[in-house]
Amino acid sequence: MRRHEYDVVVIGAGGAGLRAAIEASAMGVRTALVCKSLLGKAHTVMAEGGIAAALGNVWKEDNWKVHFRDTMRGGKLLNHWRMAQIHAQEAPARVLELEEWGALFDRTKDGLILQRDFGGHRYARLAHVGDRTGLEMIKTLQHHAVHRGIDVFMETTMFRLLAEDGRVSGAIGYERQTGRPILLHAKAVILATGGIGKAWTVTSNSWEYTGDGLAMALEAGADLLNMEMTQFHPTGMVWPLSVRGLLVTEGVRGDGGTLKNAEGERFMFRYIPEFFRAETADTEEEADAWYEDKTKRRTPDLLPRDEVARAINAEIKAGRGSPHGGVFLDIATRRSADYIRRRLPSMYHQFMQLAGVDITREPMEIAPTCHYLMGGVKVDPDSQQSTVAGLFAAGEVAAGLHGANRLGGNSLSDLLVFGRRAGLYAAEYAKRLARMPALDEERVRRAERDLAAPLDRHEGEDPYAVQSELQRTMQSLVGIIRTGSELEEAITKIDALAERASRTATRGGRAYNPSWHTALDVRSQLTCAASVARSALTREESRGGHTREDFPKADAAWGKRLVVTRGGDGRMEISIEARPEIPAELQALLGEERPAGAPAAAAGGS
Amino acid sequence: MGSVTMRIFRGDATGGELVPYTVETDPGMVVLDVVHRVQATRQPDLAVRWNCKAGKCGSCGAEVNGRPRLMCMTRMDTFAPGEEITVTPLKTFPVIRDLVTDVSFNYEVAKTIPAFRPKAPEADGTRRMYQQDVDRVQEFHKCIECFLCQDVCHVIRDHEENKKAFAGPRYFVRIAALEMHPLDTNDRIELARLKHGLGFCNITKCCTEVCPEGIHITDNAIIPLKERAVTRMYDPIAWALRRVRGEPAGTPPDPDRPAT
Ligand SMILES: Cc1cc2nc3c(=O)[nH]c(=O)nc-3n(C[C@H](O)[C@H](O)[C@H](O)COP(=O)(O)OP(=O)(O)OC[C@H]3O[C@@H](n4cnc5c(N)ncnc54)[C@H](O)[C@@H]3O)c2cc1C
Ligand code: SF4
Ligand code: SF4
Ligand code: FES
Repeated sequence: MRRHEYDVVVIGAGGAGLRAAIEASAMGVRTALVCKSLLGKAHTVMAEGGIAAALGNVWKEDNWKVHFRDTMRGGKLLNHWRMAQIHAQEAPARVLELEEWGALFDRTKDGLILQRDFGGHRYARLAHVGDRTGLEMIKTLQHHAVHRGIDVFMETTMFRLLAEDGRVSGAIGYERQTGRPILLHAKAVILATGGIGKAWTVTSNSWEYTGDGLAMALEAGADLLNMEMTQFHPTGMVWPLSVRGLLVTEGVRGDGGTLKNAEGERFMFRYIPEFFRAETADTEEEADAWYEDKTKRRTPDLLPRDEVARAINAEIKAGRGSPHGGVFLDIATRRSADYIRRRLPSMYHQFMQLAGVDITREPMEIAPTCHYLMGGVKVDPDSQQSTVAGLFAAGEVAAGLHGANRLGGNSLSDLLVFGRRAGLYAAEYAKRLARMPALDEERVRRAERDLAAPLDRHEGEDPYAVQSELQRTMQSLVGIIRTGSELEEAITKIDALAERASRTATRGGRAYNPSWHTALDVRSQLTCAASVARSALTREESRGGHTREDFPKADAAWGKRLVVTRGGDGRMEISIEARPEIPAELQALLGEERPAGAPAAAAGGS
Repeated sequence: MGSVTMRIFRGDATGGELVPYTVETDPGMVVLDVVHRVQATRQPDLAVRWNCKAGKCGSCGAEVNGRPRLMCMTRMDTFAPGEEITVTPLKTFPVIRDLVTDVSFNYEVAKTIPAFRPKAPEADGTRRMYQQDVDRVQEFHKCIECFLCQDVCHVIRDHEENKKAFAGPRYFVRIAALEMHPLDTNDRIELARLKHGLGFCNITKCCTEVCPEGIHITDNAIIPLKERAVTRMYDPIAWALRRVRGEPAGTPPDPDRPAT
């Protein structure tokens, strides 16, 4: 087996991992960067709409305090206040740093970075490049990282963390191209592996989102928080089937698009929750004027994602959906063809090429799609260290910043702000450690055996079949609207699938064998799915990305509780801990403390 | 629901063959969907790269009936009913397995391109740039590194030995993006000529034709780079003065100069 020694190993090369590796190497420690795909192909590349940062280039009134407030309110106050504060304060510097490294954002008339409107943000705040912001970000980071002496292991999947006495000592995995195992012995490990969306059928996420980082962290003894908080993005494509779930950026609504049902009604006006009523327009005139005049109140089309997704869901259930089971998203009648093609070139392209729909002439058909995980590894808000010494986490895999619901654009900024911090503190941690941590050779051998097990079995379960059954289970039983009995049924099914997954057999050899990869990935998926379903059953209220039909209201007591998952592989335990108190001076920025329940579902009568 | 027969390359560095697979199809399917269906129902270890399935990541390049394409953006209904469809790996790069090739050549070339080096910020700390000045560089930044242009370029497609001396169209796009960046102060023109083999390109435009992002690789990147290289050879002093005075690197060559 190949063995390497590093101070800091970063697992994951999206925005968070790249930014972390850049920072660690700048601190002068030996740094490795590992990713499942080729470099530059992580989820970050798909991000469309933009990066949220209170630069104040378009609206001078904007500042970190408003961004902090929007993030906390959007997250239904379940966020870690300190992460929300750091994020709002540091995001502008991180965006300007990208420019320093060669990124070219769209410009304002006087030559500054242009910012666009997005859901839940009071001011136009998203720095962007048309609708391909993620590409600009990942390429800028990638090109910057190339010259910094970071060792990159592409198409290498990490399988298990090595940790002893609550202290991390490295990770073991395999090279996809050859199938050979590889051991990275390290003082500190940073998880930047992203989310879990591939556990659902209708999803905007790729094959990589199997939650490996979360499963590895659990097994190594780290705590996960609020795994029930999954985000369904309101606008995914619905037709043709082949592209079901593919994301339609919120930028469409940010740039003037509006939601309509089969009767042509702009239905969002019927779904304005109490919590956001004071700041949301209640007439079409005011909503349309808001784009140009920020003294007007915001259009309800741009309420936070959880509200919009539930509203769309309710309209479809009430029989007011579009022919292919979605609702309409119309920008064609609202903006000129020129404007649409300039502002939303990849959406134009995506619909034209994949669905044969010209979005400058016809409305799009859309429905909610599984998109993002707000929950994740519990971290210290300043250093990003998990509850295991030397194990850090940043980006989508970490919990805290987004609370119960993430605002659009707040992920890309999260990656930069907390990726950098994870790199910095992991490097400092590694420097303080005088010696390399010891390796438990018995654990290494066991990991090697477990890795090869699906290859060694010639008869058993088909990994693709187990995976697609898991996806169907999560889609039908742990979707946007949940209920106790269905969650219990899901847990039973997931446990049965986990048993089947321990008996998967694959055909073919070690070299680039996707059936083997799937057999290993599906085990992480099942661990994460179990954590999501159990956490969802535990939280007996509706808040943000988590809606319980049997507990349709937000509950003030639950608003101060976090759901904790501990222990991997059959030893999973769920418990509850208190959300950190928000200091009074920050509380004062938030306005009213109590979010309303899930009136969207209630109003729609579903 | 219909069905389709697709012949897919199966094999590795030592060789392989086209294997016909017949699977059911749904409306709106793309080539990548068919490959996935073969994987799920017939050939579980069939190797293929993909991520976004939306033409954004550039992972799924292959040759469909001999033409370099993104499998996720090639709709099945673009083929006539009954038309023979073959899917083979990118020819310019060594096969690892089935449709997956070793594209590490590209990542090695990337390391040899001198980094972005910005000039100092303005007095008020900002870096003002105007949309009309960034437009043309933004075109180059649309590159998703699918390497289809690298695959089609005859300089390396049929001549493995040229890889040592030729960066390929993708990297001419990258060099042009840096050279025309309003803030950059580094110089890569000499290197492009001497090390990256700019002169090998004889402007066949095949790269432009296959680029899924519609980047005008030859007209907007390669030809301006060639012009700059020529200007530089004939008038190095004027060029150096321009850099010292801080005029934009993208100043077009003076039409009065004999060199152009
Ligand atoms: C279509 C789409 C559009 C979006 N648009 C926006 C937007 O406009 N604005 C915004 O803020 N957010 C947006 N998001 C969300 C945002 O893009 C993601 O949340 C974010 O990019 C995640 O970044 P990350 O660095 O945490 O992980 P990723 O970029 O997903 O990277 C994860 C990395 O971990 C690696 N990895 C995973 N498991 C392993 C393992 N076992 N071993 C080794 N490596 C592993 C992967 O290979 C990959 O390199 C969008 C998301 C999608 C899907
Ligand atoms: S134009 Fe030049 S770079 Fe492009 S394919 Fe032809 S020879 Fe290659
Ligand atoms: S220039 Fe075009 S064809 Fe070449 S790698 Fe980039 S996107 Fe692909
Ligand atoms: S899978 Fe991303 S471009 Fe085809």
